[in-house]
Amino acid sequence: MNKSEWLDKYKKTLEKFPERKKEFLTGSAEPVNALYTPEDIGDHSNAKYDEKIGFPGEYPYTRGVQRTMYRGKFWTMRQYAGFGDAEESNQRYRYLLNSGQTGLSVAFDLPTQIGYDSDHTMCRGEVGKVGVAIDSLKDMEILFKDIPVDKVSTSMTINAPAAVLLAMYIVNAEKQGINRKDLTGTIQNDILKEYIARGTYIYPPTPSMRLITDIFEFCSKEVPKWNTISISGYHIREAGSSAAQEVGFTLADGVAYVDAALKAGLSVDDFAPRLSFFFNAHNDLLEEVAKFRAARRIWAHIMKTRFNAKDPKSLMLRFHTQTGGCTLTAQQPDNNIVRVAVQTLAAVMGGTQSLHTNSRDEAMALPTEQSVTIALRTQQIIAEESGVTNTIDPLAGSYYVEALTDKIESMALAYIQKIDDMGGVTKAIESGYIQKEIQDSSYKYQISIETKDRIVVGVNKYTMEEKTKGELLRVNPAVEKKQIEKLKNVKASRSSKDVEMRLAEIKKVAQGTGNLMPPIIEAVRDYATIGEVCGVLREVFGEYKERIVI
Amino acid sequence: MSAKIRVLIAKPGLDGHDRGAKVVARALRDAGYEVIYTGLRRTPQEIARMALEEDVDAVGLSLLSGAHNELFPAVIEELKKAGLKDVVVFGGGVIPEEDIPGLKKSGLGAVFTPGTPLKTVVDFIANNVKPR
Repeated sequence: MNKSEWLDKYKKTLEKFPERKKEFLTGSAEPVNALYTPEDIGDHSNAKYDEKIGFPGEYPYTRGVQRTMYRGKFWTMRQYAGFGDAEESNQRYRYLLNSGQTGLSVAFDLPTQIGYDSDHTMCRGEVGKVGVAIDSLKDMEILFKDIPVDKVSTSMTINAPAAVLLAMYIVNAEKQGINRKDLTGTIQNDILKEYIARGTYIYPPTPSMRLITDIFEFCSKEVPKWNTISISGYHIREAGSSAAQEVGFTLADGVAYVDAALKAGLSVDDFAPRLSFFFNAHNDLLEEVAKFRAARRIWAHIMKTRFNAKDPKSLMLRFHTQTGGCTLTAQQPDNNIVRVAVQTLAAVMGGTQSLHTNSRDEAMALPTEQSVTIALRTQQIIAEESGVTNTIDPLAGSYYVEALTDKIESMALAYIQKIDDMGGVTKAIESGYIQKEIQDSSYKYQISIETKDRIVVGVNKYTMEEKTKGELLRVNPAVEKKQIEKLKNVKASRSSKDVEMRLAEIKKVAQGTGNLMPPIIEAVRDYATIGEVCGVLREVFGEYKERIVI
Repeated sequence: MSAKIRVLIAKPGLDGHDRGAKVVARALRDAGYEVIYTGLRRTPQEIARMALEEDVDAVGLSLLSGAHNELFPAVIEELKKAGLKDVVVFGGGVIPEEDIPGLKKSGLGAVFTPGTPLKTVVDFIANNVKPR
């Protein structure tokens, strides 16, 4: 029998037994056929296999960037955490490390992320809320007290002021007697997606890109094991994009960073091996696996053909994954544990290098310790019990998954091409194109829930009356006052003359073309605050004005 | 009739999550209202000033950072100072249920939490905001 003969029979069956719905769609609203066969994946001769799929650790890395993947070691289990002040967050980190977590991931509060000290008038109510409040090196010293930063890798979700937080991390390590060359970790440092989707920008694009390439250059010499950027699709997806848009827009951002670094005079193989990525994992398991595979293949191809990278490490798309925050429901919150388990499977079968699993209560508040433990245990169960880690890229060769990988690849490439034609990502952001594309997807998604074309269990089907949502974490409202008090003490105990001199030096370098990292390091060593350093840069660089698109 | 009602959708504080604010803005626009969106990082004073300048009938506040207990009442305070006592204020975001009574007491007409159908928000405006 061939496929068309089978389809004839299938259609006859449908006349008698119609399907559950007229149209079957992926999580990103792409149509799905009833059946996929070899005809859907084109030429799979050996030559094509090598070109499109290949082997783990080999170009084009569709099957994974490492040769042994999880047979060698599991992904890094890295829960994003931080709230209140440095003391409280330090306790949570030590709890997580004692529970078998293998890396740290620091959440900063919004004032820190936007480069304000805790006493700034804009920060009312926000201190310590979505992450830990850091004003100066003093807070950083407390945050990492009794944590061996030469052994634990640390990811910091920090973008516009990334240089300042990295400087504090380096100085804190050096004060512990640890060489900066031995530090491992990541700063997010991805400003483009802040303009697109996340909102914690400070400066306009041109000086922001300069700060980023300064960090690339500095780290390639001084902190060689540090991941200097985590090019993030996560927030683009959270803002409502489809899977293909997540890949297309994120890799277009990646192209912009490589272009900027080349323009700054760096050579591609000096910085490209330290580029890393960050993606979302949603509920449509197979679409998500295909997405990760497609992203790896596209990036390898771009780096090889467009940028002429020679070091295999420059071609490898290494990525962190977080499960989908916007898939969590406030209704029947324990159901979220199941969603997160499915999303964990997607990330793992998609070959992630590290993973954060969301907690069941995060549609309502920051997670409690108990909820975080379940989320971490979910990763450990998938790792140790599910069996999917026993072989590499277990879904390869599935006609559906390969067809979907090809499809997401071609859709993402079309976005990248379109952005190239517009003159690059910055232009596409300034014109509002990317934001509009995401908003259209997000609105359609919401409408599909309202019309029940898309079912969300507990929200528009299988709903029930709920009595209580259980215990939620509350950030102590006294944190703001306490933090402002601490800031005052730091300012009183440092040499204000030294700080002024250091800030003047930053200003001078910012007005010229030198690398900003060394003067920032010297300033934070003398306890200059984040608000002071970013304030000087605000004076020189100005501030970004959002293009409002609705 | 409803076309005359003007709604300001606002993002107080430092939170950058604007998916919900924008979806609500669009749904209200599709329902026939005039909608103005402030963009990110607005102070309570700026929101009140925009509400006054744009002559709105309702203000929708969106916040997912947990600062709602401080910032929502602060906006209401500023609206009062600006002489906008009759403007209907509603809010939404990641807001624990136990915070809702306090927010309503401070003057919010409604608080919409995750999973709320758009129709609920549109109906709230239709039932509570009368064109002047």
